[in-house]
Amino acid sequence: MKLTRHMKNIIKTEQLKYDYVMRDEEGNEAGYYTALDNVNLEVKQGDFIAILGHNGSGKSTLAKHINGILFPTGGTVWVDGLDTSKEENIWEVRQRAGMVFQNPDNQIISQVVEEDVGFGPENLGVPTEQIWERVEESLRVVGMYEYRKYSPNKLSGGQKQRVSIAGVLAMHPKCIVLDEPTAMLDPSGRKEVIRAVRALNQVEGITVLLITHYMEETVDADRIYVMDQGHIAIQGTPKEVFSQVEELKALHMTLPQATLLADELKKRGVVLPDGILTIKELLTELEKLINVHDTTA
Amino acid sequence: MMLKLEHVNYEYGQGTEMVVHALQDINLEIKDGEFIGLIGHTGSGKSTLVQHLNGLIRATSGNIYLDGESIYADGFPMKELRRKVGLVFQYPEHQLFEVDVLSDVCFGPKNMGMTEEQAKEEAKAALSLVGLGEEYYTRSPFELSGGQKRRTAIAGVLAMKPKVLILDEPTAGLDPQGREEILNLVASLREKTGMTVVLISHSMEDVAQYVSRIVVMNHGRIAYDGKPQEVFRHYEELEQIGLAAPQVTYAMYGLKKLGLDVDTDIITLEEAADNIVAALRH
Repeated sequence: MKLTRHMKNIIKTEQLKYDYVMRDEEGNEAGYYTALDNVNLEVKQGDFIAILGHNGSGKSTLAKHINGILFPTGGTVWVDGLDTSKEENIWEVRQRAGMVFQNPDNQIISQVVEEDVGFGPENLGVPTEQIWERVEESLRVVGMYEYRKYSPNKLSGGQKQRVSIAGVLAMHPKCIVLDEPTAMLDPSGRKEVIRAVRALNQVEGITVLLITHYMEETVDADRIYVMDQGHIAIQGTPKEVFSQVEELKALHMTLPQATLLADELKKRGVVLPDGILTIKELLTELEKLINVHDTTA
Repeated sequence: MMLKLEHVNYEYGQGTEMVVHALQDINLEIKDGEFIGLIGHTGSGKSTLVQHLNGLIRATSGNIYLDGESIYADGFPMKELRRKVGLVFQYPEHQLFEVDVLSDVCFGPKNMGMTEEQAKEEAKAALSLVGLGEEYYTRSPFELSGGQKRRTAIAGVLAMKPKVLILDEPTAGLDPQGREEILNLVASLREKTGMTVVLISHSMEDVAQYVSRIVVMNHGRIAYDGKPQEVFRHYEELEQIGLAAPQVTYAMYGLKKLGLDVDTDIITLEEAADNIVAALRH
């Protein structure tokens, strides 16, 4: 049982609505497109939240509200109690909620890894000796300390993305939003990044919002939100969410292969519990059945 | 049309301290009509390898033959090779530039010397192959959805009527449905045109059910080359080189270890479920 369960909300949205205004060639309003529609979200300090949804479902628009890149056209977003739409809050909001994007090459600016990580805190006016402390500590959390003197262009995609995460971490945020951080990486790069994200959450206690297309990355989350057409269509623990196989398929989600295999087996009359997410869980359940067969044989 | 690579090596940075052997002793035969998945982690040499196939990169040593003729021989029609071997790069939608979809797809055939009329014919045929109808001809490529942009870019290569189509990570950055759409599109293109297709990917799971042969690259060398089932038998070694076999393979091997008599060569979910049920009843 995590202690964080009873802690306060770090992120809260109430009836959040966002309309993208479309303009014609002269710049006049030509209509609008509702990207978020009545989104109510409560995230507790220290939680690991995963957000799923197909392209265009509103995931990224939601993410951009959490560190004040976009502001609601309706409803309210609070980050650590601060209303993001109030101009005087904006720098506080951006410091408390950090953001990591899909393409690491768009986020790394310095010629040396440690300087890149130091950019954020320097920008915040942190004293120099503290900057170096923060850089060291952040690089250690993501397992990139030994690369601190490297040029970022000598790093793999997974390593670059971990440097991006360290750069956000060095600003000492309370929460980090990662918008498809693994979409451009190969399987080993994906694993590295997810491991770093888990460390942020479990070791550092930072609230994590992970936006992803890969179901396998969400199985350890405290809570999953599945978005569709700008609102939250399904929510719950991974087990609750992944028990709704048909509903997820209808939202164009692909489920973990283990869940799908368990589902196929159930359709064929094999008795298995709901919400199997990994091959390991599936094997454990099937092992019980094999042993039953052995003793009855 | 057959492509054959013999002892192909490629290194860059010669004469400096940072010599990189991007390809080492590659021997590969690609036969007419094959559907190949080329798999490897980032930096394993996949993209470098395919750029040799249409002459964008020249091997440091070794030879490449197109229907028995060396592409490095004097007077070899390189332009013809580039037409025959069509390469769709990663994020091909970044290369769209024309004012409308039809003009964009016409660019390749026109560049090859076709008349405006011929080019339009080919472009229309190519757009229909990727499932974009007349209503898209006059749309700006920049107003299309991500998946539509990518299909437009693929049509741009198809319009040159290649014999071999190489796609470098065509599903990168797409959501699960988008990935499936593109892979189904590639499979249907191959059926309709009989082209040889080489699909580059770092996801075994994505390509396993489509391709008939998998070539695995690691550190610039070919690590495995065979039918998907044959390659997946090495699932433990694949993991060591940063790749993973399909989840079903892990399930089947796991069950085998638990003493259940299952067929470990199965890779599709339905076959696996049938096989497990049969084994449990046995």
